[in-house]
Amino acid sequence: MSNRFIPHTDSDIAAMLKRIGVATVDDLYADIPEEVVFKGEYALPEGMSEIELRRFFKELGAKNRRLTVFAGGGAYDHYSPSVIPHLLERSEFYTAYTPYQPEISQGTLQYIFEYQSMISELTGMESANASMYDGATATAEVMFMMVASSRKKNRVLVSSTISERVLEVVRTYARFHGVELTEIPECDGVTDLKAIPAELAKGDVAGVIVPTPNRYGIIEDYTGLADMVHEAKALLGINADPSALAVLRTPAEWGADIACGDGQTLGMPLQFGGPYLGYIACSNSMLRKMPGRVVGATVDASGKRCYVLTLQAREQHIRRQKATSNICSNQSLMALYATIYVALMGNDGLREVNRLSCDGAHYLAGRLVESGKFRLAFDKPFLKEFVVKTDLDVKKINRRLLDAGIMGGLDLGNGMIEFAVTEKRTREEIDKLVTLMLQED
Amino acid sequence: MKEYDKLIFEISRPGRKGYELPADNYGHDALADIPAGLMRGEAAELPEVSELDVVRHYTNLSNKNFGVDTGFYPLGSCTMKYNPKINEEVAAMPEFAEIHPLQEAETAQGALELYYNLQQALSSLAGLEEFTLNPYAGAHGELTGLMVMSQYHISRGDTRRTKVIVPDTAHGTNPASAMVAGLEVVEVKSKPNGSIDVEDLKPLLDDTVAGIMMTNPNTLGMFEVEILEIAKLVHDAGGLLYYDGANFNPLLGKVRPGDMGFDIMHINLHKTFSTPHGGGGPGSGPVGVAKHLVDLLPNPRVKKDAEGKFYVTGDDRSLGSVSTFFGNFGVMMKAYAYILTLGRNNIRNVGPMATLNANYIKESLKDAYKLPIEGPCKHEFVFDGLLDKSNGVTTLNVAKRLLDYGFHAPTIYFPLLFHESMMIEPTETESKETLDEFIDVMHRVAREAAEDPEVVKRAPVTTAISHPDETGAAKNPILSYRSLKKAKA
Repeated sequence: MSNRFIPHTDSDIAAMLKRIGVATVDDLYADIPEEVVFKGEYALPEGMSEIELRRFFKELGAKNRRLTVFAGGGAYDHYSPSVIPHLLERSEFYTAYTPYQPEISQGTLQYIFEYQSMISELTGMESANASMYDGATATAEVMFMMVASSRKKNRVLVSSTISERVLEVVRTYARFHGVELTEIPECDGVTDLKAIPAELAKGDVAGVIVPTPNRYGIIEDYTGLADMVHEAKALLGINADPSALAVLRTPAEWGADIACGDGQTLGMPLQFGGPYLGYIACSNSMLRKMPGRVVGATVDASGKRCYVLTLQAREQHIRRQKATSNICSNQSLMALYATIYVALMGNDGLREVNRLSCDGAHYLAGRLVESGKFRLAFDKPFLKEFVVKTDLDVKKINRRLLDAGIMGGLDLGNGMIEFAVTEKRTREEIDKLVTLMLQED
Repeated sequence: MKEYDKLIFEISRPGRKGYELPADNYGHDALADIPAGLMRGEAAELPEVSELDVVRHYTNLSNKNFGVDTGFYPLGSCTMKYNPKINEEVAAMPEFAEIHPLQEAETAQGALELYYNLQQALSSLAGLEEFTLNPYAGAHGELTGLMVMSQYHISRGDTRRTKVIVPDTAHGTNPASAMVAGLEVVEVKSKPNGSIDVEDLKPLLDDTVAGIMMTNPNTLGMFEVEILEIAKLVHDAGGLLYYDGANFNPLLGKVRPGDMGFDIMHINLHKTFSTPHGGGGPGSGPVGVAKHLVDLLPNPRVKKDAEGKFYVTGDDRSLGSVSTFFGNFGVMMKAYAYILTLGRNNIRNVGPMATLNANYIKESLKDAYKLPIEGPCKHEFVFDGLLDKSNGVTTLNVAKRLLDYGFHAPTIYFPLLFHESMMIEPTETESKETLDEFIDVMHRVAREAAEDPEVVKRAPVTTAISHPDETGAAKNPILSYRSLKKAKA
């Protein structure tokens, strides 16, 4: 019986069966109808020793190619400080459950409190939750928050300049939940704000969701939007890159009621798409409509400051089908990741990350434009991600780059390429990229 | 140990820093060109700390936590088994950690192969046709699975099927997931032994029923012996069966949900397949389906072509997308490492040994704790508090007293069937010695409750904090450092 994860010796089993009063372990399954007992073989290989397992993963990993990444689209190759994985490997953190027993979970509870504080600072919003699965599901939950906050309104407007992948998830959630979703058209790469008043005038809009930066990397100007939305008694939600918020106008400064987005930009490894985290922050008036876990500060019986899960009356384990959401977990360990990242970087570090990324992106854009073969698809301000247009064959360009170990920009079709540059890219890498892109086949 | 109670914000000193970045040699400050109206006004108030400050701070915080590596964690319905270290090692491999989710498939064959083969392994273990690994957690899997259920009926033009039947003993996420999926919840009653009352189920099965959500063994750890009859009734009525995989662990090696008639299920990789709970996540909640539902699974899908190459694709018949990319890929790597380590033979021992452990504790403690349902349980079971309640010692008191003895508490006050529920799940990775220690302590607490009840009611007394004011926390929420400072002022 015994293997290194299952410690039962034959004599253990015999003694335990004796105490239970049955003859065999199978007797404990005697109530199961014979027809459903599995008698076949699982389609799995034989067990592997650690030596074999390491070799297996090394060989499997060799089938991936590590590239110099010049693409974003929701996952950005930011710098990840060495300290973080070391601290995340403290097993008191990663082998713990959701902090249901505050007396022995102050570590988890306190870092979540710190995480919430940092998200509040970055977004400018009053309160944040303990994290969500990812930016897309967080945005879908914001849509639900909007509908739940209004009495009869069941329509949400979402800008079609929000990331395509976020939009896909929002559409799926809306369709099943029965929320009417209207996509605001784009005009020259940004949300067509002129299209909004007519929709609001219909009186059935619970909220409006817009992005910053948007799917093309553009920093949109939302001047006047919050007033427009609030006059119609609707809520404004902004999906924002939390790293960029160290420098960009915050959701709070735009007058938003709710902020959400994906935390991957806070130094998280690309890891083929996850785990990352989603965040939601809101003004305190919306607090009881917010989904997910929330940690609050309080005191214990001796007056000592401590932290507990709070506002649980919103949640599924108490309210069942009347809960604000079905979410039961958060991305706790990734919230710790983000917390340590922000603690290390601080405001200055985050500004520098943005400055380096922004300067690199503009350097790349400038080099491409001056070649005469590319032009900026939109004449709008951007931070680290931008789109160029070309008559050259994009597929050929990206193939050439790939052969040189470079992941070029994302092919958006119609000769449009979307690049992202982070602080990890160097001027030399950009020069090499440009040279390869301009090369004749 | 010295008591440490600072927030990271409180050890901040202006001008201190914990990072270094390369010099900016682009020769132009492009950030300064962005119109001022698009830029942040007031700076964020974030910590300014050195690298060592950060390392000590979070190391100190970790010392205030209790994990599976610290001690026995018999938290019912959470399957707190050992989290193998090799899993962490492989998940951190740069060959995977540095792969962008939108890389060309030809440059991510290792990642795609892992995704594909893990879904195949789960299909075999579950007796279902195919899995999506995109859902991020158990509740997210439930939601995705219910979307599959709904999409199935919609795709057949059967739009009246909007009700989903959920047992009154179900995990809270079940009805909540149904609500989010836009389905109406209809509760079916349980018999006193916790299993579904088939006679109560029958009249509910009309042509508005989309399906039923069940977990088997149920939340009392008892196998639903009438499962085949239930499956037939639901299928005959045109509904589908959803299996909540939270309780899948005891079935590994014994029973496959697909063979019991389930059409859809989710698996919690962080329960049955040993990936760490991470203090609340990230988990992973793959969803498996029977053959007739495969095309409805969420996009993106990972498939294998005739030449054995893996590729990413979408299906028009799909319910849509539920994740930005491929889900919590790093978690999948850990689960796959676990499955490969055990292999097809050792994995058969998981369920039986988990069941043996649970029954051993149950039979050893029923002389002191009230066992409402006799007979063999599976991976977990429920006590209804102490046998002798005359001194007013509650399940909460017992749970807190266990913390003093160095054990995590069981799940308490769930399921709602009993007033003093105490749900215990030891998992297969615990040895007889650990179980004996736990049994011994539980007996000791029962004796204390009889002889000196105040000791139990005052507990815990050895922990970092004791009896936090949770009512105050909810009445006057302080959710950030900024509001904490404001509250103090």
